[in-house]
Amino acid sequence: MVPLSWYLILAAALFSIGLFGVLSRRNAVAILLGIELMLNAVNINLAAFWRYGNVLHMAGQVFAIIVFAVAAAEVAVGLALVISVYRKRNTVIADDIDLMKW
Amino acid sequence: MTAEQIIFLLVALFTLGSGFMVVTTGNLVHAALWLVATLFGVAVVFALLNAGFLAVVQVVVYIGAIAILFIFAVMLTRKDMRDQGPQMNRGWWVGALIAVLVFAGLFFLLQGWNGLSRTAAAIPAGFDAVAELGNALVSPDAFVLPFEVASVLLVAALVGAVYVAFNRK
Repeated sequence: MVPLSWYLILAAALFSIGLFGVLSRRNAVAILLGIELMLNAVNINLAAFWRYGNVLHMAGQVFAIIVFAVAAAEVAVGLALVISVYRKRNTVIADDIDLMKW
Repeated sequence: MTAEQIIFLLVALFTLGSGFMVVTTGNLVHAALWLVATLFGVAVVFALLNAGFLAVVQVVVYIGAIAILFIFAVMLTRKDMRDQGPQMNRGWWVGALIAVLVFAGLFFLLQGWNGLSRTAAAIPAGFDAVAELGNALVSPDAFVLPFEVASVLLVAALVGAVYVAFNRK
């Protein structure tokens, strides 16, 4: 049987990789890719705590499903914003988008 | 080392390797495809955790919808498919340092927690996780309110995304 620590360390590593992507990428779409990795790491933690805690209590899985819904909403709005900015400014480089209104 | 541990290690290695490719590869379409590989690895992790419904939803929603949305966005935000210039910003090593520090901090916190080496109890006989999950989602005693709030959030995000990306001409 796999101990709980392995899942938690996998999730921590995946979260750190996503964090690195968010902090160091220039392209706004790539930053959103990093956010997806971080959300997935959280979901691994939620599912692992459900399985290793009380299986009869479904809070872990329900929370993971809420995270799915929030991730879908976040990606839809985030990519719409990126596409809208690209139409107006002709760039998706996060460093170049430095004015509040154009 | 049992077979389950070997499978877990292989899946974890695959997931982390493709996750690393997502954040480092220069070509954004390739990054989106590596994201599909990572999400698939996470789906296998869900299956290893006996969370079958989450594994299926991961494949359908994440790989089927979100990853494809990413590929669409990559293709809509460029004039030609090649990526020009560096893909990392100048302070990328600061980001790497922060990421390593966060991992080290989480690892240190986990080391000090006594529930870490816990093993999972066997699933009770006759326990149907999907039915229990469905009951929990619509039961007034459990999570019907967050479930409805999530549906409102999805509608709001849908309307907002259409409004933001709408081309007024």
